[in-house]
Amino acid sequence: MGIDLSLIWAVIIAFGVMMYVVMDGFDLGIGILFPLVKSKGERDVMMNTVAPVWDGNETWLVLGGAALFGAFPLAYAVVLSALYLPLILMLLGLIFRGVAFEFRFKAKAAKRHLWDKAFIGGSLTATFFQGVALGAYIDGFEVVERVYVGGAFDWLTPFSLFCGLALIVAYALLGCTWLIMKTEGRLQQQMHDMARPLVFVVLAVTGIVSLWTPLAHAEIAARWFSLPNLFWFIPVPLLVLLCTWALLRAVAGNAHYSPFLLTLALIFLGYSGLGISLWPHIIPPSVSIWEAAAPPQSQGFILVGALFIIPFILMYTAWSYYVFRGKVTEEDGYH
Amino acid sequence: MFGIEALDLARIQFGFTISFHIIFPAITIGLASYLAVLEGLWLKTRQEVYRDLYHFWAKIFAVNFGMGVVSGLVMAYQFGTNWSAFSDFAGAVTGPLLTYEVLTAFFLEAGFLGVMLFGWQRVGPGLHFFSTLMVAIGTLISTFWILASNSWMHTPQGFEIIDGRVIPVDWFAVVFNPSFPYRLAHMATAAFLATAFFVGASAAWHLLRGRDNPALRKMLSMALWMALIVAPVQAVIGDLHGLNTLKYQPAKIAAMEGHWDNSNGEPTPLILFGWPDMQREETRFKLEIPALGSLILTHSLDQQVPALKEFAAEDRPNSTIVFWTFRVMVGLGLLMILTGLWGLWLRVRGRLYQSRAFLHLAVWMGPSGIVAMLAGWYTTEIGRQPWIIQGLMRTADASSGHSFAQMSLTLALFVVVYFALFGAGLGYMMRLVRKGPITDEGKQAAEGGPGQRRTPSRPLSAAEEGLDDNDSLTERT
Repeated sequence: MGIDLSLIWAVIIAFGVMMYVVMDGFDLGIGILFPLVKSKGERDVMMNTVAPVWDGNETWLVLGGAALFGAFPLAYAVVLSALYLPLILMLLGLIFRGVAFEFRFKAKAAKRHLWDKAFIGGSLTATFFQGVALGAYIDGFEVVERVYVGGAFDWLTPFSLFCGLALIVAYALLGCTWLIMKTEGRLQQQMHDMARPLVFVVLAVTGIVSLWTPLAHAEIAARWFSLPNLFWFIPVPLLVLLCTWALLRAVAGNAHYSPFLLTLALIFLGYSGLGISLWPHIIPPSVSIWEAAAPPQSQGFILVGALFIIPFILMYTAWSYYVFRGKVTEEDGYH
Repeated sequence: MFGIEALDLARIQFGFTISFHIIFPAITIGLASYLAVLEGLWLKTRQEVYRDLYHFWAKIFAVNFGMGVVSGLVMAYQFGTNWSAFSDFAGAVTGPLLTYEVLTAFFLEAGFLGVMLFGWQRVGPGLHFFSTLMVAIGTLISTFWILASNSWMHTPQGFEIIDGRVIPVDWFAVVFNPSFPYRLAHMATAAFLATAFFVGASAAWHLLRGRDNPALRKMLSMALWMALIVAPVQAVIGDLHGLNTLKYQPAKIAAMEGHWDNSNGEPTPLILFGWPDMQREETRFKLEIPALGSLILTHSLDQQVPALKEFAAEDRPNSTIVFWTFRVMVGLGLLMILTGLWGLWLRVRGRLYQSRAFLHLAVWMGPSGIVAMLAGWYTTEIGRQPWIIQGLMRTADASSGHSFAQMSLTLALFVVVYFALFGAGLGYMMRLVRKGPITDEGKQAAEGGPGQRRTPSRPLSAAEEGLDDNDSLTERT
């Protein structure tokens, strides 16, 4: 058999996580930006810009978890148990945000501020701990004979906490440029003003994470800075700089669509950088996708269903976004 | 602390989160089929009462579905966060089954749910009915996968153990393991019954308050036909399930019966009530009927039922708990059958909608299906202990081994967040129920669909009522 099922599944899961980061990223960003916008009408508009899609965005997170369990049970077991507290806190944040999202629209004006706070708190908690989990993932896990042997708080490092904050600004930028695309008038102007400083902050934290990672991990430094790898990978940081420059120009030129698309490109480049650093390890720093793989009869069994259903979900997602294209205004009622 | 260890907390946490979660899918399964029946009857008879009921219950279905999705998010991760040794050992079997369950659910969400909830005015009646049917079938397919996984943990087969891990060799054998057909039938029927009693209680609640319309009467009538026919069927399925358990998990049966000793050579009595004491190895204060245990479980008067003392002390499930959870389930099941019979008697005498005593009973029986279902799950899951996979892996070896402090912290968070949020969700569902079905609803059903603000990826958007009483959306804009 010439088919590398583990590779196929690694690509599917990486794609799913990418979809999740991109799509849930901007709607978590809305929650992060919420405290900066005070007007009730504008808050309604912010929510309305993601109302039709946010729940579908989280689909990818559930799918990612279930697919990881099915295709790489060892990674599912080790990574999830090592990241126990940050993941539980992230999930609780997401639940809080999800329920708050729905009930904010159904609550009385007097109680709406409570759901607003739940929405903000949930979004911040979920994003921060997602970033912490990511940082801890990059730092790697101590595994002996298929079992995580590190401590309960190994995830709690200066680097992981910094990644938590970094993800908050990254999602804030995604949310900000999403709103530039989807709104108009005062709210859009406010987002325009916010975009420029946010881009600089994102560039700064990206730079810090990109330096911190190879400094802390010799093998990642070797991956990037040895020859000929450097020539292959140098386009990634160069493209990041190019995108940032284009993004600043687009914001300065009052563009509507390109800031969001360029931010997506930035996120994608960061994600590729992460992939380059870690490949082929699914449990950094030492367990590869093949070592963590379920037997081929398991991976093959679920591949049948996944290849049938994932295209269907993708088409449906694309259709949802297509139908929902264009600006959202205060006149658009929620229901 | 209080003799509770981190492992117990891990078990309590899983039990707590899944108990909350399962309420929503169970009602989803039942309501989806109920809605399919309602729409079928509407298309066949063109009686408006069916269409009104369809629209009333579709909103409650939507809210319930949304709650199920949100609470399910945690379940997809909990096997790894809390039961990592189990996930590594058996992930090659249970992982793919869970993946299929999730894929099925999303397939549903992405397609037919949207047409069902928001397509009444947009597609033809045939296509709409087809969508409702597909949603109903889809919920059952989801049930199929998750119960295949669970049943495999009770009666594992179709695998080999290589390098200390489970490797599937025959997926057909894995899925159709010995306890699977019984468990699937028992659970699906439980979901139907739980929904029927929920629907019946809603109707009775309104009738008791002097509200009376054909839709409410139809709700009560349909719920009671379900109770009359399906509750006895469930008793038969349960009996068959019990016989299957006797064959494959005899220790569980012994614990459910609180039956300790076979050394006297007499046929096994049926203990009606008592207090199984794990330390003393006997059931205290018991009230028993001679030989009835043998009659029920072996269909003979002389064969003995396995006794707990035949199993090593460390292989015994906690009889004190499962003895009682089993009796709660059976007791409620018998009450359901009686409710159905009383309902029939009143129906024949033409007093079904007037008897206040009966309507009060129907209201009180509203949560009975849910409670019986939870009691049944506790019986079968705690009865499998000390195994997480019967005969293959002990629960004590399955956990991630998080500390007591971590487990208490997360458990406390789950309890607070779940009661607050899903409490609000259940409260909102009850509020929709209290509004009652509206005549002529559906003639002007609102628009919605992909890309609209009302969309299937957010099922809660199908319901528009405010969270609080005396509150409508128009007041708040």
